[in-house]
Amino acid sequence: MPDRFHSVTLDESRCKGCINCIKRCPTEAIRVRNGKAHILSERCIDCGECIRVCPHHAKMPIYDPLSSMDNFSYKIALPAPALYGQFHNLDDIDVILNGLLKMGFDEVFEVSRAAEVISDATRKLEAEHKLIKPIISSACPAVVRLIQIRFPMLLDHLLPLNPPVEVAAALARKEAVKKTDRKPEEIGVFFLSPCAAKNSAVKQPLGLERSNIDHVLAIKDVYPPLLAGMKKAAGEDMEELGESGRIGISWASSGGEASGTLIEDCLAADGIENVIHVLENLEDEKFQGLEFVELNACNGGCVGGVLTVENPYIALARLKHLRKYLPVSACHLDRIPDEAVRDHAIKEEESVLSLSTDFAEAMQKMAQMEEIVKRLPGLDCGSCGAPSCHALAEDIVRGHASERDCVFLLRQQMSELAEKLSQFDDYIPLPLRSDDKEESE
Amino acid sequence: MSGIHLHYDVPGDDFTRAGEASGSVKKALRQLGIPAEVIRKVAIAMYEGEINMVIHAYGGTVDVEVTGEDITMVLKDTGPGIEDIDRAMTAGYSTAPDNVRSLGFGAGMGLPNMKKYTDEMTVESEVGVGTTVTMKVYITPKA
Repeated sequence: MPDRFHSVTLDESRCKGCINCIKRCPTEAIRVRNGKAHILSERCIDCGECIRVCPHHAKMPIYDPLSSMDNFSYKIALPAPALYGQFHNLDDIDVILNGLLKMGFDEVFEVSRAAEVISDATRKLEAEHKLIKPIISSACPAVVRLIQIRFPMLLDHLLPLNPPVEVAAALARKEAVKKTDRKPEEIGVFFLSPCAAKNSAVKQPLGLERSNIDHVLAIKDVYPPLLAGMKKAAGEDMEELGESGRIGISWASSGGEASGTLIEDCLAADGIENVIHVLENLEDEKFQGLEFVELNACNGGCVGGVLTVENPYIALARLKHLRKYLPVSACHLDRIPDEAVRDHAIKEEESVLSLSTDFAEAMQKMAQMEEIVKRLPGLDCGSCGAPSCHALAEDIVRGHASERDCVFLLRQQMSELAEKLSQFDDYIPLPLRSDDKEESE
Repeated sequence: MSGIHLHYDVPGDDFTRAGEASGSVKKALRQLGIPAEVIRKVAIAMYEGEINMVIHAYGGTVDVEVTGEDITMVLKDTGPGIEDIDRAMTAGYSTAPDNVRSLGFGAGMGLPNMKKYTDEMTVESEVGVGTTVTMKVYITPKA
């Protein structure tokens, strides 16, 4: 299996090898080895949970530095709608968009504008009965990866459209080429992202040959220079740049995409554990009559991403205020643009969960695993570096650990050994032994 | 090749715990590399069975046997038993009480769905003694 790009990295000097991240990883993708956390690349879905829970800030999201703006002479900013919820005392989105121009971008293309394209396209596909129900949204890359490795049966249900940011990037570049007469490669397209998973999705696109985004910047990095830019912009005559309505802006939080489809029977779940529960239930067909399912890995939706500044629920309250007087939607399509459609369906990957590609061997390993689990204490203490006794048993049969890695089993073995040694307490070397002792033996 | 045997107790009167057994079976089957379509059938049929045991029979036990060819699920309870098995197998026929229906269960599709998602199914039941449902899902389709 090719090594995947992941947008989370470890600062070894900060990692204490504690168990916080291994216990919270929803796909059991982290082990502590050599005193440091180690990510099992094929299992990681870039959800960002480990970044959130690490008390030592050793897990760090990967994204591009602000200095990458210097790589291009013409720069377009693609602000995620979550960005709009990051500021106090703001009534007008145009202040942010003009602020982006002041901080050095030549143009702004709102991701929320492209989100309305996807909302409209979803409604069109739904009306043509072209989608398998329930439709599962495909905008959150961590969710798509999760389905790919753990719920492959549900891949057919994924909305066959690109995430809004890719649509925004493609449309923005096309418009800029027309407007400036530059070559497409001379134009730098920068996504101002609330999360790191989007960076992985740019480096290794899902269902797309090549991403249209050149660099992914973190909202938290953009925040300080943007604040300065906004101050400048607010004092002058501003350009009217905002081109999206309520539907587009609503994509920033959980439930926004679902309500934008105007489909009645829909569900929106956020937070990776909740998402897993819903997917389990969907796989077992426990929901009847459900038409659309929106899933976001982060609590609250994209406003909960690890690259944001503000508390997600405060950000959501601000977004509600900002979008109050906007039109419902600024996008009305005659037809679905090519940029909105995925190049190819997202396919199943070789299962990373099976114990062996050979069925007989997998059966044997599972039987061994059940035996090992019975011997382990069941405390799930994490001292072995695995998140649970079950996970350790799995590691053992996969050949990555041994039973001695369990401190409790080791202790048991030591006490057995000590008992054996104590049998020699009465031993007296032969030259010192008295005759009657010898007789008794 | 000897099979894998998994055993679960399904507690009665606790809807929140119905689905635990089918959930762990699903995880085990995934680790064995069983095709996703087969896992889905097993999970759906078994969850239906678990729910039935909770609603009608104060819980029971589930025993799952996995061999190279198929997956067998034996759901056993010591509940009231089924008076008329043919009728119980009819889609839409239900004896579930109102409080259960108000939770969205009791649509009369339990046994019919279990039959639909499995390749073999037998129901043995004696009134006042209990019910045993045996279901089989083939891993490789039989010619």
